[in-house]
Amino acid sequence: MAGSGPPRARTIDDPTRGDERAGVAGRERPTRRPLPVGRSRSEAPWVALDHLDTLWFQVTGTICNLRCTHCFISCAPDNHTFEFLTLAEVLGWLERSEAWGVKEYYFTGGEPFMHPDLPRMLGAALERGPASVLTNGTLLPDRALEPIARAARASIYSLEIRVSIDGPSPETNDPIRGAGTFERALEGVRTLLAQGFLPIVTATQVWDPERDEEMRRAFVDVLRGAGYRYPRLKILPSLRIGREARRARGYDDRERVTPEMLDGYDATQLLCASSRVVTSKGVYVCPILIDAPSARLGASLDEASRPFAIDRSACYTCWLHGAICSNYGGIGQDVT
Amino acid sequence: MSPEPRRLAVFGGVYSNHLALAAAIEDARARGAGDLYCLGDLGAFGPHPDRVFPLLVEAGVRVVRGNYDDSIARGLDDCQCGYTDPRDNYFARLSYRYTYRATSERWRAWLGRLPDSLRLDIDGVRILMCHGSPRRMNEFLWESTTSTQFLATLAEAREADVILATHTGFPWQRPLPGHRLFANVGVLGRPANDGRTDVWYALVDVAPPVDRAAGSGRGDPGEEPRAPARVEFVPVTYDYERLAEEMRREALPEAFIETITTGWWTTCLEILPAKERARGKF
Repeated sequence: MAGSGPPRARTIDDPTRGDERAGVAGRERPTRRPLPVGRSRSEAPWVALDHLDTLWFQVTGTICNLRCTHCFISCAPDNHTFEFLTLAEVLGWLERSEAWGVKEYYFTGGEPFMHPDLPRMLGAALERGPASVLTNGTLLPDRALEPIARAARASIYSLEIRVSIDGPSPETNDPIRGAGTFERALEGVRTLLAQGFLPIVTATQVWDPERDEEMRRAFVDVLRGAGYRYPRLKILPSLRIGREARRARGYDDRERVTPEMLDGYDATQLLCASSRVVTSKGVYVCPILIDAPSARLGASLDEASRPFAIDRSACYTCWLHGAICSNYGGIGQDVT
Repeated sequence: MSPEPRRLAVFGGVYSNHLALAAAIEDARARGAGDLYCLGDLGAFGPHPDRVFPLLVEAGVRVVRGNYDDSIARGLDDCQCGYTDPRDNYFARLSYRYTYRATSERWRAWLGRLPDSLRLDIDGVRILMCHGSPRRMNEFLWESTTSTQFLATLAEAREADVILATHTGFPWQRPLPGHRLFANVGVLGRPANDGRTDVWYALVDVAPPVDRAAGSGRGDPGEEPRAPARVEFVPVTYDYERLAEEMRREALPEAFIETITTGWWTTCLEILPAKERARGKF
């Protein structure tokens, strides 16, 4: 087994950890269990890494062909805050991730399809586990997709392609994502369908929450019109940091997670309890917070496995909605 | 400790499909299964949840508590499946309310006493049975989104040679490094989204003698890993038309009935990963 592996036991001093967490012989831990949480110097609760379920790759850094007005890490063609990861780097991380028992891999950016080695990276990831790519859908020519589609068919694991579209029409989407992006992303969806993919269309809730149902219906209609018979749709809350803080509004002082807010809360649904993200500058706690220096946890998975104080304003949105970045979940609608 | 039989039958979610459960119990006995197990989610989806429990008790089936059982026992608001799609939520809520109303107080209390997991040691083979995963009752372990390396760490951390789970609805299995095995036993409650009306359970032959005799056991160069168990998925044919009729009489959703009579899932589709989704009709 290459490299250092995960610690066999928690090394953090956990005041809440008692015999009940270890479990009674013959019985496993219940569905909702408290993760060890505590109070950091900043009075924010810290959250331990429960298990490295998900390893993210900021594969094209903050470099994107678009300049969306709601981007929480302000990606753009000229934003070189984070640079591309190389193929060799990604292969190395994939190999080292085995000892951690990583369940699945996510590739994000920037725009991942700007990376010339993305097909080989995905091929390597799919030999180890399921993979997901978060794309704006505007750079999906058939020839770029063919090797990826082949790798997806050959793998026992799913490859999910998530296409971001933020409104069901050019009038609603393009002011956010740029002129012409609605039609281009929809064309991307058609290309994906033709290659056998069932993309997950991911929309940020840039509208009044009261319009959720109307927007969901409109999305389904437009996707059906594009030939997607049973569209998969995910609605995400907006993260009011980066460029989005200027487009909408930032968080106010009350929108912070306090230790009391984790009482009886299933902290395993927070991304920081189950994920880390590899960037050109090291390993960060999650793909949302890479602009925060405190979110850089180290140069290795071992270093980055330490607990994180959830003292950032965007942590509040994650706390509120839970697991917002994974393929399942998001803003739900209860029709009763 | 009395010697335990080597052939086990393991049932997944029953979802109130008492007709399939009765057929599966009979089938498993006919195939020589000694002990019978069920990995939980006894109610949901189908009609007359109270008809399931006596069948389990009379047949001596040992039962693990699923998330649905946990919700019903504790009187929670929903089934803890985590749907976000409004249509899925609508049907899940409707089904949950029906099941809660139709589960008598006595059986609700019984559900609350079920263990979260079961551990067996059969001739040195350590078997761990759970509902979703060993770490989380409502975790979906789909074949296409569960890496082998993840399952291997689970098995090692839990000191299990064989892990058996259900919760997703589809049977599948995977050998793991270190002579271990994971199997999702499928469910009895509804078909496996494959266009056939049968439902599935697992026959587990623990450390089959033929495998044990081969080689010296662990670690010889070039030797095939010794499997700790052989799992066979068994289709169960039952009177699904009668079940559909009972569901109609109980005014359960036509979308559910369609799944029973066609074998294609019509609901809960949002939770399916790409590969599993692509195999279905919807």
